[in-house]
Amino acid sequence: MRTLLLDALLKGPLTEPAPAADDAELMALAAQLEGAARRRLGRGLAIRQVDAGSCNGCELEIHALSNAYYDLERFGLRFVASPRHADVLLVTGPVTANMREALLRTHAATPGPKWVVAAGSCACDGGMFAGSYACAGGVEAVLPVDLRIPGCPPSPATLLKGLIALLGR
Amino acid sequence: MPALFNVLASGRIRPDHRPWLRAEVDAALWCALAQQLAEGRWTLLGLWGDAGAVHMALLDATGGAVGVASLACADGTFPSVGRLHAPAQRLERTITDLFGLTPVDAPDTRPWLDHGRWPVSRPLAARPGAPEAAPYAFLPVEGEGLHEVAVGPVHAGIIEPGHFRFTANGEAVVRLEERLGYVHRGVEGLMAGASVAQGAALAGRVCGDSTVAYALAFARAVEAALGVAAPERAQWLRGLMAELERLANHIGDIGAVCNDAAFPRLLAPCAVLREQVLRAAEAGFGQRMMKDRIVPGGVTADLAPAGAARIRALVSTARAALPELISIYDGTASLQDRTAGTGFARPDLVARFGCGGFVGRASGRGFDARRVLPYAPYDALTFAVPVLDGGDVNARVWVRIKEVEQSLGLVTQMLDRMPEGPLGVDLPVPGAPCEGLALVEGFRGDVLAFVRLDAEGRIARCHLRDPSWFQWPVLEAAIEGNIIADFPLCNKSFNCAYAGVDL
Repeated sequence: MRTLLLDALLKGPLTEPAPAADDAELMALAAQLEGAARRRLGRGLAIRQVDAGSCNGCELEIHALSNAYYDLERFGLRFVASPRHADVLLVTGPVTANMREALLRTHAATPGPKWVVAAGSCACDGGMFAGSYACAGGVEAVLPVDLRIPGCPPSPATLLKGLIALLGR
Repeated sequence: MPALFNVLASGRIRPDHRPWLRAEVDAALWCALAQQLAEGRWTLLGLWGDAGAVHMALLDATGGAVGVASLACADGTFPSVGRLHAPAQRLERTITDLFGLTPVDAPDTRPWLDHGRWPVSRPLAARPGAPEAAPYAFLPVEGEGLHEVAVGPVHAGIIEPGHFRFTANGEAVVRLEERLGYVHRGVEGLMAGASVAQGAALAGRVCGDSTVAYALAFARAVEAALGVAAPERAQWLRGLMAELERLANHIGDIGAVCNDAAFPRLLAPCAVLREQVLRAAEAGFGQRMMKDRIVPGGVTADLAPAGAARIRALVSTARAALPELISIYDGTASLQDRTAGTGFARPDLVARFGCGGFVGRASGRGFDARRVLPYAPYDALTFAVPVLDGGDVNARVWVRIKEVEQSLGLVTQMLDRMPEGPLGVDLPVPGAPCEGLALVEGFRGDVLAFVRLDAEGRIARCHLRDPSWFQWPVLEAAIEGNIIADFPLCNKSFNCAYAGVDL
């Protein structure tokens, strides 16, 4: 157990960085593979949600994505328990000063390629909490953001549209 | 006259405070009140800081009255209430973090909301200081064979952030220590100087699952300060929204508690029913969570013509669905094995901490603001306040089930008897500083709102106290002796607010 902890602390994740996109040989191989991979493996994104200071309104609507009405998993989207398993960090809240480090560490623990989605008005630009001594004022202030889904809170339908758009990338 | 008013009357009564009593007291009376709290004569409703003063809200349950004692802190200190009465301790630590006022002889002087990450310390004091970062000292636990398990602030599920430090002996929890404050957004700092409209929007964003309750508490406090009342129809529409919010949360919780006992069979239908409540709310009021619909003076949206029929249909659907869900809950031995006897919250502790909501009512404390300090429309409606004394996860599920049944009845009564009339009144400019206090029953328990307006009608000070301030500490006690694996189950059965207490 102690060895495992030490390894995790000192060696970091074993996941290798993604190959650079400008490697011509690799790109050609990828193009060949893409059709077959899509057919065989389908498309999927593993999502790790991080509450970085939300009022919990966004979380309730994110939860609703799993109910029978929205059934997120039929699109190949699923929530995972660990950032180590995630492709997407779905971040809510204006990023409080007290959650900043936890968010950065969660991001660092997520292997690439990865995307960051800012969900809700607070995550997009700080919302009503922009300017507070206790908030960074949105996810962008702390991490590069790939997709913004505004709304207070965004409805499950809006969240779903945003996440499906991300699948197309 | 309630006994509490007699005691406070020896202080200087503030004429600009409504609807109950606020008295400026001296240190001797402050200490006497703290002593009486410890003796169980009053229940602590709130303890918060101000510029150079501290306020303590007390409930006289037998007299059905609320009173506030205020103490000027000339030298930046005040006699600790937490020294005698444990429920005050985290509130005092918060006062120190935000205002820099020090409780003298406090048993716990560690910071609470301030993690040393803000650009300032004492952000709400007249002169904020430089940030002070020191490692947080968790309570020491010593003994053979004990080990610690640290969880959070980022959890495996989609829940709010908080840190839980378990000390366990094998699988049994010896001590749980909670550390919160991760979602502190500085709400009270943003409130100061804001307009009433901005304040209402902020209040509705303190705690997402209780947006109706918070907006209602804030609105009622402002209305009390200004001496106005919302029109009757607005009061009834507010009641309708509050019960829909209660339904959505309770139904969601029942499913989620069962899911944490590894029984998703009930999560799925409860999640569907919750979604139907939110869709009915959207049909009725144009927004699933009914956010920004309650403002001081009234409501911003009337019940949509098709909304009433939609909500009635929801009541029929829920009434038809519930018996089966209840029989599955009650008839599944493996599920009962997890919920019955787990996470016992002792009735004496619940009474001492003044736990509201289902946590209190599952352990014999029958307080419900709708009943003890009735406000419209509840004073004109028929409902029961279910109280059980099991004190375990099972009892907290059952209180929710019974409250769902009561809320369905309340919704029907309100739809049947909804008065006609205007939706709001214009707010007057006060002309002089004034204050109001309100206590509103959210799904989780009583939400306290204190608002002081300046002469122009802007917010000078607003304090919002979530019910979970008095529930979180009892969770620490309830988990003792349970296995760690039952913590999610116990935690969900309490379903304390993080954002609500972190503010």
